[in-house]
Amino acid sequence: MSVLRPRSAAEALRLYGRNPGAVPLAGATDFMVGWNAGQANGRTILDLAAVASWAQIRATRSALSIGALATHTQIQRDRHVRRHLPLLVEACATVGGLQIQNRGTLGGNIANASPAGDSFPPLAVYEAVVEIASARGRRRVAFGSIFAGVKKTVLGPGELIEAIHVPIPRTPSRQLWRKVGTRAAQAISKTMVAGLLWLARDGTVSELRFALGSMAPSVRRLTKAEAFVKGKRLTREVIHEACALLKQDVAPIDDIRSTAEYRLAVSENLLAGFLTRQR
Amino acid sequence: MRRRTGLLELRVNGKPVRFGGPPFTRLLDVLREELGLTGTKEGCGEGECGACSVLLDGRPVNSCLIPVCQAAGRRIETVESLGTPASLNVLQQAFLNQGGAQCGICTPGMLMTAWAYVRGGGSSDPAAIRRELAGNLCRCTGYQHIVNSVISAVRSRRRSLAKKRSAPKRAPVRRRRPAARPRARRR
Repeated sequence: MSVLRPRSAAEALRLYGRNPGAVPLAGATDFMVGWNAGQANGRTILDLAAVASWAQIRATRSALSIGALATHTQIQRDRHVRRHLPLLVEACATVGGLQIQNRGTLGGNIANASPAGDSFPPLAVYEAVVEIASARGRRRVAFGSIFAGVKKTVLGPGELIEAIHVPIPRTPSRQLWRKVGTRAAQAISKTMVAGLLWLARDGTVSELRFALGSMAPSVRRLTKAEAFVKGKRLTREVIHEACALLKQDVAPIDDIRSTAEYRLAVSENLLAGFLTRQR
Repeated sequence: MRRRTGLLELRVNGKPVRFGGPPFTRLLDVLREELGLTGTKEGCGEGECGACSVLLDGRPVNSCLIPVCQAAGRRIETVESLGTPASLNVLQQAFLNQGGAQCGICTPGMLMTAWAYVRGGGSSDPAAIRRELAGNLCRCTGYQHIVNSVISAVRSRRRSLAKKRSAPKRAPVRRRRPAARPRARRR
């Protein structure tokens, strides 16, 4: 095996362009599990750890730009993220334990494309945009379109995630992050939800954004329920109907962690609780 | 630039160390097998249990998930850096007094994670301590005693720091502050 250790973004993109079969590596928290089990033997590794410019979090008036190599610890401590994206802070605090949060990166979480990626429901409701770079140039992909299936992204050969841009949302009337797992730490979720709700002065819904993780091959926004509640008052009947629409946007399965039935019931209850709760 | 297996340099417990083996050797194996620092234990080998926790540039990490090439040029601290049997550090003494160790397999990792917390000025709030130690599993489930140990260490350390502060001391050496770096322009 050989290890490529670029020192700058330009060098990383050039090396990856020439070695598109290499495995890009950030915090290594997921890769090493497979490596220790003998996978990836003989592969060339593109170790991005020294590309410092991709580990920064920058703020403008309208958006935050989180470098792909920013760790979950860094994201939790950043004052801009704490102020504007509290759901992302909460999600990053539930990734593994402290040891994993100190190493794992947001870009690595996305590139890994697990159906249970903890940062995904918040990024979905914040309507993040992923900046992708290669030796040939750059492109932006809406977060909702970045996944191509379980453990698959739309990244092409030679393309790396450079940063995640998140527009600063207006202050929501209600917000929610909830991860449901077997225990509080070190657990992979059975289901998890992120919600943002804006109410108009007259109490009707001006906008709902609600995303679910571990409920489909990749994170899902509840497009049907979101559209249904728009402009309506959150009466018992409206909430009941929104919850009934939830299953049209997800495809939960039975696996080692949970059952489709449990996942659906808990997710519906979380949505109902979120829509019912007074401020 | 292609860098194959070169000689890697790291700092382990304050001493410079060189390693010439494969760059994807686990840091855990370099510590235990190359350097003979067998205080660090392997539990699960997949980042779930925290038994192999060491500090990398002062922060807890799982040494089973770190290819040694990613530790090059960085500071590593293991349980051997804390104290000796004749002279335990404040956290080790607290674990001993409070019954924080049972079978012992999780103890070195537990100590290192807790040490980063105690040294960093962490509070004696049990909820905060439990959050901090969430990545360290104890198979004996002796969590209550472990949390008590950390609380006790936080308190003893505060007392000894306060004593130091109130004790008469020599005039501090004034060091000139390095010139402030120009602030990055914010767009």
